[in-house]
Amino acid sequence: MATQPRPAAQPGRLLWRVGEVFEVVEETPTTKSLVLSVPGWEGHKAGQHVDVRLTAEDGYQVQRSYSIASAPEDERLAITVDRIEDGEVSPYLTEDLMAGDGLELRGPIGGYFVWERGLGGPLLLVAGGSGVVPLMAMLRHRAASGSGAPAKLLFSSRSQEEVIYRDELERLAEADEKLEVVHTLTRSQPEGWEGYARRIDEEMLREVAPSPSEEPLTFICGPTPLVEATAAALVELGHDPAGVKTERFGPTGG
Amino acid sequence: MVEGFISRGFRGRRRQPNNAQLPPGQYETKGFPVLSAGPTPHVPLSEWDFTLVGEIDEAKRWSWEEFQALPSEEITKDIHCVTKWSKFGTRWGGVSVDTLLGNVETSAAYVTAFCDGGYTTNLPLEDVTGGKAWVAYAYDGEPLEPAHGGPARLLVPHLYFWKSAKWVRGLSLLSHDEPGFWESLGYHNYGDPWREQRYQGD
Amino acid sequence: MDEQLKLDGNAAAGSLGEVFPFEMTMAEVVCDHCASENFVGALMVYQPPMTLGTVVRCPGCDNVLMRVVHNSGHYWLEMRGARHLRIPDGSSVAAGEAAAEE
Repeated sequence: MATQPRPAAQPGRLLWRVGEVFEVVEETPTTKSLVLSVPGWEGHKAGQHVDVRLTAEDGYQVQRSYSIASAPEDERLAITVDRIEDGEVSPYLTEDLMAGDGLELRGPIGGYFVWERGLGGPLLLVAGGSGVVPLMAMLRHRAASGSGAPAKLLFSSRSQEEVIYRDELERLAEADEKLEVVHTLTRSQPEGWEGYARRIDEEMLREVAPSPSEEPLTFICGPTPLVEATAAALVELGHDPAGVKTERFGPTGG
Repeated sequence: MVEGFISRGFRGRRRQPNNAQLPPGQYETKGFPVLSAGPTPHVPLSEWDFTLVGEIDEAKRWSWEEFQALPSEEITKDIHCVTKWSKFGTRWGGVSVDTLLGNVETSAAYVTAFCDGGYTTNLPLEDVTGGKAWVAYAYDGEPLEPAHGGPARLLVPHLYFWKSAKWVRGLSLLSHDEPGFWESLGYHNYGDPWREQRYQGD
Repeated sequence: MDEQLKLDGNAAAGSLGEVFPFEMTMAEVVCDHCASENFVGALMVYQPPMTLGTVVRCPGCDNVLMRVVHNSGHYWLEMRGARHLRIPDGSSVAAGEAAAEE
């Protein structure tokens, strides 16, 4: 076996390349966006992800997937990373990495959990925590491309401080009467909070989601329990399962 | 592959000082990571059984109650996962495979463990006899959790932990070797952590 | 918590993309066990570091449809559980795009 000639590696679509960190933006106390300049980047679709690989000096490597946060129209690629306590990759990305550092990545990857302007709407986006990242790419693309598709984002966070992209979501919704952003804060609420203060459930979805007859394109991203509860409740409410796309967070070890 | 790229300042947490207790390439974890290639089966104990089949005169079967009535042992061993974590001094309770094979006549040289969910793994018969393997149903003095293979898993601590099949339901005794779920897909057929037999050809 | 190891088909896009020259999450696969047909993106995936290789399962019956392992200079691909794959070759505009541009 060892003496067999090896075929030359065929360079596929998924080549590793080194991007440069252009800027690090603090989104919440535990979440940062890494804005990257990636030479030769051919563009992406909203909802796709990249693989990020870290290499230590002795060759030790770890790899994780991160959703792309930026719109295809944006000048630079951005990912948003939530720091996981005891994680191996996310603490490095959120605390050690600085502007000017290189970051090895490959992508864009994925084609199923994707929304493009041409797919139309209405859009129903349901996010838990940093599950909002690929959905934010969709909302940014929707705004940048001038799509008039009606869109709703139902966004579950633990507290107001932990709402990722809070200001930008507010600005987007204020500027666009066809976009509605609904928050639920599951752990603590600011004084005078009148919004939802519980986990996403069927009743909340009945109030927020377009009716099944509108055939919304639905994208759900977040921790597995949130994704499964939301998808099950939507089907219970009469939505076509084929119109509901899900992206569960894995226990990646962070 | 970007040749020679190093992530500035990245060390990774999986560094270990030299430790004679650690096989090559492993690091110690205090936690107990859950690995699984499929959904966790939930078989009621009233429907659970353990069987010995294959090259034996007469297939053997134990119900859960019969299995609990077999002589059990306390086992304290280090375990080593091929994904590079090792955990020291894990405490198990269960039945020695020697006890199960006690008075079975067989010409087999290999066994394949089979499991709820369809997982299989293959071992030489001599690696599950002579006090080297157990069917464990307790961990740390408690019933073995489903996530870790409960109600019962194979425990073969001298080999990489994928050989210690979760949700085990029986052993098939074979005269020939039959590569299991991971062994048929590039993982080492034997899997000795001290010789770092992770993949075929190692 | 053990059920949280399950991921969506999208999570396999990277490892399948190392083996196939196409975007595989939009491929449709028919389960050899229950005959249900799904986009790869809608299947269930278990993958490293939470298991030893990428394992793609049918969401209807849990049957293993595809397994991919990469080690020691080789890819291992096993697809006994898949009756067939229907893979878009990327040459035509997606139906949704075409409809919306009309």
